[in-house]
Amino acid sequence: MSPRAAWRLESLGFTEVYDYTVGKLDWMAAGLPTEGTNAKRQRAGDLAHKDTPTCRLEERLAEVRDRVQALGWDAVVVVNEERVVFGLLRAKEFALDGDQPIAQAMRPGPSTFRPYVLAEEMAHSMVAHKLESSPITTSDGRLVGLLLQKDVVGAAGSVQ
Amino acid sequence: MPKEIDRDGLRRMVEAGAQLVEVLPAEEYAEEHLPGAISLPLRRVDAEASSVLNKNRPVIVYCWDIA
Repeated sequence: MSPRAAWRLESLGFTEVYDYTVGKLDWMAAGLPTEGTNAKRQRAGDLAHKDTPTCRLEERLAEVRDRVQALGWDAVVVVNEERVVFGLLRAKEFALDGDQPIAQAMRPGPSTFRPYVLAEEMAHSMVAHKLESSPITTSDGRLVGLLLQKDVVGAAGSVQ
Repeated sequence: MPKEIDRDGLRRMVEAGAQLVEVLPAEEYAEEHLPGAISLPLRRVDAEASSVLNKNRPVIVYCWDIA
């Protein structure tokens, strides 16, 4: 739709026309602010824990587990130096043999969600799929934070 | 020929005074739009662009996504 508008504006005499082709979806996926009647509704990006612990593929499970649990967490997101998400470890993976590298112990390619998803939608999805936690990422795969089911269900109210 | 612009370029140009225009239907604009954007749905571009927008300033249009 925007390419047609851009071309039409040029034909109407507008000389400097730009097309933000990736549009509102790209903007919201980056967790940037918006205006309008839906702008104040809570979303995944608002509720995600930005301070969630992270680790690297080459670390050893036992060391990561000790570090993460000392911080009071039972989940950790595996990222690279660009914060691109590679995997996730929850309590089940923490119970594995601690000598193995994270790359071997992690749950690879976890489902991720975008920051703009409404809290109500996230709550339904996480409850339906029994997800205790879900990484929230930008459209290019970078970690925004970890969203916990208990937080999003609390924010969304009663969820069937 | 209209030029494509990315998110960072959009922010820079809007700060410098470019006009940001959402061309989706007005109902979608009312629900959520980029800060400072004005609503000019595609079907109203012909009739209203010249009165709503300044031809001497850059214009950035957007919709939902690339589709």
